[in-house]
Amino acid sequence: MTAVPLQPPRRLIEFTLDGEAVRVPEGATILDACRAAGKDVPTLCQGDTLTPKNACRVCVVEVEGARTLAPACSRRAEPGMAVRTDTERARHSRKVVLELLASSVDLSTTPRAEEWIKEYEAKPERFGAEAARMNEAPKVDNDRYVRDYDKCILCYKCVDACGEQWQNTFAIAVAGRGFDARIAAEQDAALPDSACVYCGNCIEVCPTGALSFKSEFDLRAAGEWDEERQAETTTVCAYCGVGCNLTLHVQDNEIVKVTSPHDNPVTHGNLCIKGRFGYQHVQNRD
Amino acid sequence: MKKKDRRPEAYRRLTHPLVRDGHGSLVRASWDEALDRAAEGFARARAEHGPDAFGMFSCSRATNEMNYVAQKFTRVVMGTNNVDSCNRTCHAPSVAGLSAAFGSGGGTSSYEEVEHTDLIVMWGSNARFAHPIFFQHVLKGIHNGARLYAVDPRRTSTAEWAEHWLGLDVGTDIPLAHAIGREIIHAGLANHAFIRRATSGFEAYAEEVEPWTLSAAEQVTGVPAAAIRGLAHAYATAERAQLCWTLGITEHHNGTDNVRALINLALLTGHVGRYGSGLQPLRGQNNVQGGGDMGAIPNRLPGFQDLLDPGVREKFESAWSTVIRPRYGRNLTEMFEAMESRELRAVYCIGENPAQSEADSGQAMRRLSALDHLVVQDIFLTKTAELADVVLPATAAWCETDGTTTNSERRVQRVRKAVEPPGEAREDIDIICALAARLGHDWTFADAEQVWDELRSVSPEHYGMTYDRLAEHQGIQWPCPSLDRIEPSYLHGRLWEADPARRGPRAPFGIVRHDPPVDPTDEEYPIRLTTGRRLDSYNTGVQSGSLASPLRRGEMVELCPEDAARLGVVTGEEVRIASRRGAVVAPVWVDPGLRPGLAFMTMHFPDEVDTNSLTIEANCPIAGTAEFKASAIRVEKLTGGTAAGEQPTGDKLTGEQPTGDRIQSATATTAASTQPTAAAGRGE
Repeated sequence: MTAVPLQPPRRLIEFTLDGEAVRVPEGATILDACRAAGKDVPTLCQGDTLTPKNACRVCVVEVEGARTLAPACSRRAEPGMAVRTDTERARHSRKVVLELLASSVDLSTTPRAEEWIKEYEAKPERFGAEAARMNEAPKVDNDRYVRDYDKCILCYKCVDACGEQWQNTFAIAVAGRGFDARIAAEQDAALPDSACVYCGNCIEVCPTGALSFKSEFDLRAAGEWDEERQAETTTVCAYCGVGCNLTLHVQDNEIVKVTSPHDNPVTHGNLCIKGRFGYQHVQNRD
Repeated sequence: MKKKDRRPEAYRRLTHPLVRDGHGSLVRASWDEALDRAAEGFARARAEHGPDAFGMFSCSRATNEMNYVAQKFTRVVMGTNNVDSCNRTCHAPSVAGLSAAFGSGGGTSSYEEVEHTDLIVMWGSNARFAHPIFFQHVLKGIHNGARLYAVDPRRTSTAEWAEHWLGLDVGTDIPLAHAIGREIIHAGLANHAFIRRATSGFEAYAEEVEPWTLSAAEQVTGVPAAAIRGLAHAYATAERAQLCWTLGITEHHNGTDNVRALINLALLTGHVGRYGSGLQPLRGQNNVQGGGDMGAIPNRLPGFQDLLDPGVREKFESAWSTVIRPRYGRNLTEMFEAMESRELRAVYCIGENPAQSEADSGQAMRRLSALDHLVVQDIFLTKTAELADVVLPATAAWCETDGTTTNSERRVQRVRKAVEPPGEAREDIDIICALAARLGHDWTFADAEQVWDELRSVSPEHYGMTYDRLAEHQGIQWPCPSLDRIEPSYLHGRLWEADPARRGPRAPFGIVRHDPPVDPTDEEYPIRLTTGRRLDSYNTGVQSGSLASPLRRGEMVELCPEDAARLGVVTGEEVRIASRRGAVVAPVWVDPGLRPGLAFMTMHFPDEVDTNSLTIEANCPIAGTAEFKASAIRVEKLTGGTAAGEQPTGDKLTGEQPTGDRIQSATATTAASTQPTAAAGRGE
């Protein structure tokens, strides 16, 4: 008796995207279809290795006949549906989402945020300076991670990566409710007092830089972080025999950050503490 | 109490060659001088004592390409098959067991299949710590509905995820496996159609396991009969099942027998050769699979082709224009023994640290010191390098060279150069070729890809893996004989073929017997010490030592709460730990996952606590792996002042009396000095 049925081959589904017929495998989302068709829909809480929580609503699209806008990242494609990605209503909604986020948190290290704000003509400043909830110094309570709450948009990706979607360590959770909700290590513990195992898989998925490697944080603080000068090379981890792929980010011949390709069949973008941080031995050069 | 400084301890990179001068110190030398000295020593050993006086320790951390060149150097330049690597200290029994059953030494399944199986058995494997990303695939499987059984003396962080944990006594894996097999047979759950068509030796196996009733096994293993029965029924009735193991199975004096006992269960139930059903040994080093595949082992040529097969030899002889000696070389363990008997005179050790990684490290150091000529090629001045006549600074394979490595699921993946090596450090292949040139063989490889293409031309299993294809597919699993096809993710599908010709050779059951650990517990050494890894550290700590880990607490001897209470010791308190071979001082950590009479240590901090001075060099006669997992020890409470003063490294039983107060009731009067090395007898 099998408890785990193997998946039969997936059928293709046809629907209309911005007036053109598209075909995607059954189970694909509208976002998958958009990306396959080369359409650029902004996303924040969606991650290519995670099932999103629909927290940010920046990817909304209009589904013909539906009362509300649909998050493209989560809504599955259905046969015959008609989807429009660029209607006035969808664009307005994205604009407001960007305004709300950019007025309340620091998006300076969020890739593409600036570009989207310009594209959607968002004006975060219209909410005034009081909208910002930025007043916290970054938390540096260990040698590996920095947590900068001024940049957190409560997207839940770190919670999911640490929880049952990948790491299953459950060190990260949402503490508080409503306006007081915030991401915390357990009930606001210091990281070394939590269940954290320093795999860095939360940092790998963080879309805003709220979570960062201390190596990156220190270089940024010193004004030395320069992605223009960095080369990314994918190789294989030097520790156990699992064979995780590591992408080494190298600046001035120093490894400054380690990530893993999200589409890699071994890691799916995840690493352990050794793969993520165990590179210092090669740089103990005299 | 000595406060352990937990800041990273830094092994500095080697940046220039070193040679031993007239006064016995290692001094800086030019590359030419160092290479001349290295080559001259090898030539002399060969001239005076024959080719078999040379031995190569190849590197399970380096690339396939480097391992290919290292074994070629051994066979073509030096003319011997004495080439091996530290796979000997970990998974050689898995390779030996799997190839005896199926003719191929690789794990039969892929990681992805663990996500789509019904039952996962983790046997002697704390993958949650030792192979964390493999365990993520296991967790996916669990979330998909698979049941997990953990078989381990310790209730590990892996066992915490299991539906059932079978906490067997150390070294009783065969009784447990046999009892499971017997129960499957008696319950009528054996897959007789598969057994009849694809296996041999079933009757002898059934006879062998017959005495292992559930209650007999309960008495020997300590696992309740109902739990053994539960695992037997779950495994036999699962549609698909994965049986995974690590060093808890292999690091025993009968490791290969242990592996055979597990394989028997797969043969009995047909859990092999199908998607989602298979056997997965989780390899401990980034390229321990590849090292063997490349022929850096004494009995196989590249592509895991048998050295004794005349057709195979002929192919390599014509490819390499050489004559290959038609007999197996010495494995690592036998090379160490041959150092003792002075048959082995010169060793070329690349990227290994046997002085600290071998069981009974005191003995290993002594044997290495006795060599006429030791050349160590490494990125650090390891404890082994400190003993060398010539030290050659190499590049770090995984980030300073190009090439490939092969992982536990047989996936060959590209390694790429990302940083420039320090100082005068040179690539391994470059160094080996420079030595080959001095010894009369001019090999020129333009780059790693050229080495790989040479390997592809002689190894059918790798033929289809061009560098371009490896990049395109993010690695390819062997076998890959074709340039335009990818084989299934699992091995031995042939066993299910209806046509006997396509089914190929039958997989024999292994007829193996229980043989308890060589180092017995008794009144003097009443506690069973087992060893393993922690999450944030690795092997002898040369690599992981400089990782500043918030989790790290240094070496500690882990005891169960009952034993700690009985000894009157608490977490953090230093104690003396003595075995029949050595003694160390280490602080205590109390772990409720252990049981009375069971202690746990790692070998991650040998410069602080030399755990391998306690372990026994009792070797598996087939694979040569030592019984790291089962030593008998005594734990002694120290009185007030002695802790701070005592060296935490082993006082190597040079006759001195232990300093600590014994609180063990039993016979502590005769000091450990009455017991010479490995008194309980080794496999030789």
